[in-house]
Amino acid sequence: MDVAIEITSSICLLIGSFLCVSGGVGILRFPDFYTRMHAAGVTDTLGAGMILIGLMLQSQDFLVFAKLVMILLMMLFINPTASHALAKSAIHNGLKPVLDIKERNNTESESSSR
Amino acid sequence: MRHTINLFLTLTAFWLLNSGHYSALMLSLGLGSIMLVLFIAHRMDVVDHESQPVHLSLKLPGYFLWLFKEIILANISVVKHIWLGNSSISPSLTTVKASQKTDIGKVIYANSITLTPGTVAVDLVDDKILVHSLLKENIRALEAGEMNRRVYQVEN
Repeated sequence: MDVAIEITSSICLLIGSFLCVSGGVGILRFPDFYTRMHAAGVTDTLGAGMILIGLMLQSQDFLVFAKLVMILLMMLFINPTASHALAKSAIHNGLKPVLDIKERNNTESESSSR
Repeated sequence: MRHTINLFLTLTAFWLLNSGHYSALMLSLGLGSIMLVLFIAHRMDVVDHESQPVHLSLKLPGYFLWLFKEIILANISVVKHIWLGNSSISPSLTTVKASQKTDIGKVIYANSITLTPGTVAVDLVDDKILVHSLLKENIRALEAGEMNRRVYQVEN
């Protein structure tokens, strides 16, 4: 039984770490502010969630477990509010989202090939 | 009154779980701080159906389960497109309609949109939500109205 919990917890932690790294790669890779925010959303929701679930499975004490559940809930309630505040202030201050990725990529590759 | 009792119970559970000390002195100090918070909340006039949505508590857990499933699916899709690179994404900015009547319903809907990766609610005016999405498919899924309908059911 202990081995099963240990393995499940390790799998959760591994998946969570992979999702966090993916979120970081997305932040570096994506073209503008708004698309980068979607990449950060991966780290915020399932990335951190999986790591917390993995830690919950490891915890021996009920109080530690309860605190981890509280952290997870707080995160899920606070993150969308913060993201919305960011996006709203960005659009109200006139930051235009990049909408035609494919055209821009084409012109960039043409200009670089010349 | 119902909202005050609910806030008291929530604060008590929060204090007990965070403290872990159960001596008489600590418990009385905790009770004192809870009472102080209750008093301040009443002075600020924020103890109402919006900060303590007890009338929704029966319907919310089912919605949260569905939302959790949606978050997992959206995460998989966004991670896939992160590794596929810039040429695979098609960002768009669209308005979708929110058919919820109460403010709290609209807040639940807009926050659910932001919580699922791939879509962010940028602005909310009356019953129109401005949504930025990573993929055109995400917008189509929102326009199909599954999430809108489920939030509508929660508030009614």
